Amino acid sequence: MINFSFIKFRKIPLAWLLLTRQPLRLIVAIAGISFAGILMFMQLGFRDGLFDTSVTIHKLLDADLVLISPRSKSSISMSGFPKRRLIQTLALEDVAKTAPVNLTYLLWRNPDNLKTRSILTLGFNPSDSLLLDDGFSRKADKLKNPGRVLFDKLSRPEFGPIEDWFLSEKKVETEVAGKRVLVEGLVELGPSFGADGNLITSRETYLRLFPANPKGSIEIGLVKLRSGSNPILVSEILNKSLPNDVRVLTKDQFIEFEKNYWKNSTAIGFIFSLGALMGFVVGCVVVYQILYSDVTDHLPEYATLLAMGYRLKSLFFVVAREGFLLALFGYLPAYFSGQILYSIVRNSTKLPIVMDANKTILIFILILVMCMGSAGIAMRKLVDADPAEIF
Amino acid sequence: MPKAVNKKDKNSKTVSINNLSHYYGNNENKKQVLNNVNFFIEKGELVLLKGPSGCGKTTLLTLIGALRTCQSGDLTVLNNQLNGASRKTRQKLRRNIGMIFQGHNLLRCLTAEQNVQMGADLITNLTYLQRRELARKWLSAVGLEDHHKKLPNGLSGGQKQRVAIARALSANPKLLLADEPTSALDSVTGREIVSLLRKLAKEQNCSVLMVTHDPRISDMADRILNMEDGRIFNALSELR
Repeated sequence: MINFSFIKFRKIPLAWLLLTRQPLRLIVAIAGISFAGILMFMQLGFRDGLFDTSVTIHKLLDADLVLISPRSKSSISMSGFPKRRLIQTLALEDVAKTAPVNLTYLLWRNPDNLKTRSILTLGFNPSDSLLLDDGFSRKADKLKNPGRVLFDKLSRPEFGPIEDWFLSEKKVETEVAGKRVLVEGLVELGPSFGADGNLITSRETYLRLFPANPKGSIEIGLVKLRSGSNPILVSEILNKSLPNDVRVLTKDQFIEFEKNYWKNSTAIGFIFSLGALMGFVVGCVVVYQILYSDVTDHLPEYATLLAMGYRLKSLFFVVAREGFLLALFGYLPAYFSGQILYSIVRNSTKLPIVMDANKTILIFILILVMCMGSAGIAMRKLVDADPAEIF
Repeated sequence: MPKAVNKKDKNSKTVSINNLSHYYGNNENKKQVLNNVNFFIEKGELVLLKGPSGCGKTTLLTLIGALRTCQSGDLTVLNNQLNGASRKTRQKLRRNIGMIFQGHNLLRCLTAEQNVQMGADLITNLTYLQRRELARKWLSAVGLEDHHKKLPNGLSGGQKQRVAIARALSANPKLLLADEPTSALDSVTGREIVSLLRKLAKEQNCSVLMVTHDPRISDMADRILNMEDGRIFNALSELR
């Protein structure tokens, strides 16, 4: 039945033939749409990369709830709050354990060229669970000796050939905030727009590196709940019971808190969205020009079809199909070029820019809307096809 | 002046026109191009319409072809009154009218066979393969079976006109309108084309109204209408 219907309603692929009649124009059209697609892929890739990298560490934290200061704006501007607030949470039965964490930016000296660079440093008690990584606790034990640090091997190369030196069993010693530290291990966190590199150490070492930090003050409090507890409910209870100098968030809310900062409080999210919009507009103009000139060129032919008894609606469908085909052929090179460019950006910046399903579908929809919208505008020209004028 | 066409006559007539007038422009720029035109075309009849340039032949052809709205008078084509007819009615009627244009108007991106099939595609209840077969049959009928894969720019003027005829006939029209189909052809090819058109139209019981200046094909018509200043003369001349 399906085959029968297909054969019955099969028609000459007029849209395809009209498009391919002038291969050079088709190539230009595809190049234009692909360029717009690549532009959108890159802009949205950077934007999402920014948002994703800004929460790389947030996602890895081994916690159900996170305590922060209400004055904290994001990981790049964290304020401290009293550590005792974290201890107070233990009064609640649902709270299983807690972990205080200090976080700030300190100057790292590249042991190779001795240049300094700002690095995000986290300080925690090595006996606590900081990250969800299974092998982390084994590495954390090494931090119990003072002056030991774990270096993020995904940090930008400007921090020095730390990974190479460490793997070649070379002693990696350098300065952080002017004080000597020894790299005892490597972790995988990844840089973000806010931090080019990350360093993890014990609170003891942290306070030695950053003595200005009050001993009783922490930037992040991690709370692990007992199994079966509802994080949202517990966070509400804690928010009501704790003083106003602390704010309790679920882990997801903490991730959103960070993302929202980059989305709403900086121009970066807006700039990348605007860049994607510009790609969209450029694509619209290119497709519209191509389809409009295609319709204009073929106006006598469309008029002939109208004279033969074809409905104007049928001709609209032809132009719409042209738009769809352009979207399809323009999208594929954009997708593959996007993959290659993402890989280049990943390798050179270490940013986790990936071609995820959301972006793949979103860009296809945007290109489709771009092509179909332009086809819709170009269709207005079809109304000018007067069959009476062809005699 | 001819008598008004009665209902009984209407069924035997493909086209029936009474007091048809048409104007272009508005107010002081208004110009009358058709002035009380009266004539009819019988089923299967081949009628030639002659007249000097600008006398209103093409306007008349486009009105009969349901390509323009009728302004004044009665115009009945295939039992459809076109005065006051909706756009949809005219569009549906056009499916029963084949048109052959002076400039062929073949779709440049389609092969000869595909061009003909665009006509056959208007027939409902036929599968794609049946419509393609029909297109091949008509291409064969106009002697172009060996050229079915050629694009229009690979065909001569005469061949293009044959494809145009095949396309017009492939939709099984009941009325064929042709606007100077032989003007760009040499005399031999011109006669061949009209002869072919006449033969195929007769086989289909299809009426033909052909605008032409070509005196070489006058002998092939059933009837010749002369037009001047928007009026038809000798509209009631006897069939050949």
